[in-house]
Amino acid sequence: MTISPSIVQVDDVSKRFILHKDKSVKERLMFIGRARKQAEDFWALRNVSLDIKTGTTVGLVGHNGSGKSTLLKVVGGIIQPTSGSVVRRGRMAALLELGAGFHPDLSGRENVYLNAAILGLNRQETDLHFDAIVEFSGIEEFIDTQVKFYSSGMYVRLAFSVAVHVDPDLLLVDEVLAVGDEPFQRKCMDKIAEFQAEGRTIVLVSHSSDQVGRLCDRVVVMHAGSMIHDGDPAEGIRVLRDGYEEDRVNHIKASPVESSDAKRLTLGEVEARTVVGSDQTDVIVRTTVDVHEITPGWGIGVAIDTPLGLRLYAMNTFTMGMDFPTTRGRHVVEVTLPDIRLGAGKYLISVGLGLPTGETIDRRGSAAAFDMPSDVFGAGILRLEPRLDINPRVA
Amino acid sequence: MSSLNAEERALRIAQEPLLPVGQSTGFVSGTGSSVREVWAHRELLGLLVRREIKARYKDSSLGLVWSLVKPLSQLLVYYFAIGQVLGLARNIPSFAIFVFVGLTIWGLFTEIISSGTMSIINNSGLVKKVYLPREIFPLGSLGGGLFNFALQLVILIGATIAMGQIPLTPDLAIAPLAVLNVILFGTALAMILSAATVYLRDIQHLVEVALTVAFWGSPIVYSYAFVHAAIGGTWLEQIYLANPVTLSVLGMQKAFWLAGTTESTQMNFPPDLAVRLWISLAISAVLLWVGQRIFSRLQGNFAQEL
Repeated sequence: MTISPSIVQVDDVSKRFILHKDKSVKERLMFIGRARKQAEDFWALRNVSLDIKTGTTVGLVGHNGSGKSTLLKVVGGIIQPTSGSVVRRGRMAALLELGAGFHPDLSGRENVYLNAAILGLNRQETDLHFDAIVEFSGIEEFIDTQVKFYSSGMYVRLAFSVAVHVDPDLLLVDEVLAVGDEPFQRKCMDKIAEFQAEGRTIVLVSHSSDQVGRLCDRVVVMHAGSMIHDGDPAEGIRVLRDGYEEDRVNHIKASPVESSDAKRLTLGEVEARTVVGSDQTDVIVRTTVDVHEITPGWGIGVAIDTPLGLRLYAMNTFTMGMDFPTTRGRHVVEVTLPDIRLGAGKYLISVGLGLPTGETIDRRGSAAAFDMPSDVFGAGILRLEPRLDINPRVA
Repeated sequence: MSSLNAEERALRIAQEPLLPVGQSTGFVSGTGSSVREVWAHRELLGLLVRREIKARYKDSSLGLVWSLVKPLSQLLVYYFAIGQVLGLARNIPSFAIFVFVGLTIWGLFTEIISSGTMSIINNSGLVKKVYLPREIFPLGSLGGGLFNFALQLVILIGATIAMGQIPLTPDLAIAPLAVLNVILFGTALAMILSAATVYLRDIQHLVEVALTVAFWGSPIVYSYAFVHAAIGGTWLEQIYLANPVTLSVLGMQKAFWLAGTTESTQMNFPPDLAVRLWISLAISAVLLWVGQRIFSRLQGNFAQEL
């Protein structure tokens, strides 16, 4: 694509929520002098600026309560920002909740027209797409039944198929892609891919790193109302995971009982390196373990993840029948993972210390990374060496 | 589905101007954009009104008949209790038609107000999840009210024909004025109340009480002649006549209650009714504009307050 104009510009947007604890006149009168104390405010968004280009797929990720859904609603015009401005163009469809506006007493057919109108289609356009909508949802036989008799699966399928037939330039999606059974989910994903190929812009909020990694070409990580990352998806997901990890560590630190217990063994430095041989590539993970207290039977676990968080492999030493030294002091453990046939790119190593009972003593997620050299044939997660036979003899 | 390719789409979007999201809060400029937005969603407005009407009577076997049962039962109660037992009917000719005219227009007003007040809260699912000009929810309840009103009007006209008092007089021209007056005044109040109820839920109960009281503030079951006899010529009468609903009720009675003009010797209508209605109409229109501006100011925080 030669040009990609901005479709949404978010300029220095902040949003403050005021939490009222009193809703009735009686309470307001009772607390009239202390009204200020009754209202608590917090900033759901703080100085967020964002410029979204046409044709991109942007993932908004973050913890619960980090402000990502609020940002989506501000872009959608559902919530007005306290300060800052949002400008937008093109036709927008917001899928913040499937079936918003479905009326349980009306039939599927009537609800399709109503929902399409809510999403901005006029009657002629809905007539035009009606068959496609019903076919996509796969509930032809029930289209004239009141939707209150629908199963929850049928309900969301119908709602989703209305939404994807609206022909938006900008689609805002909040956690609604994982609906229906597996074939229907695949259909949804195909539809999203089709949208991307048609140059539509998609902004989606998701908790699934896998989904974000697969769909997005840009990831915005929100944390406590601020943007802490904007750009490369793999990097964004790493930032998000680091954030989770930090929270976990902080949480452990905050509870002293657990931390004193966790001090029996600690992980030191973790290193991973790739040894490229003539016919195979090995990965060596080297880690130091500090034994503070004699802990019989401890072991080590190593896992390989893709940067997008897909676990490729996990092992532990308990099944290998090896005994680790129980003396106090520093020990170095080296785990060799021979002949790894992974495609080119970066991979992450996570290391954990634990007991055979399943108790984890120390853990370091994404502790080290290693690179795989570029493939000779093909590309992907697996490294294969295909053989070619032309007109092979049938045995 | 239109199969624009990516480049065409990008080109087309590059040509569109970037527009600010959300409603403008400017006092004059905002009205224009709100009206345009509602106009753009008129089809949805129609669907929402139809949804309400259809859903209300979907599973009842009598369906629409129920929307007539309430005013008719009220009519019976007032006809016997007030007209016959208390004897008001002796001074008011064609008492049944008189009461039904009043109840019809009053019913329109109460429905606009009471369902309008609840319109935002009842549609909170939509308000929180989809961007629409929120004015369409109070306007939707106006649509529902007008539908019931039209049904009752048909019955009313049928009744006048059956009783041989066909309202084909020059006075009929005052009816549209009276109806429009109630629509503008009611919608203005509904806009303000629907927005305020989001922030203060007590308003919904307050409105119910106020409507019950206000029913007796308009000449629906008693005629204007009684009021005139009691407080005629004083400033109290002027206050009584300053109520837009009262003026609309009188206007409807002038148009449809022929006996009030022909058979009665009493002064059933103020002499300058038409002038008063025009003034009230103008004030209501201004009030509607102010109401829309208040609504527009308050609607920015609807999604988080619901």
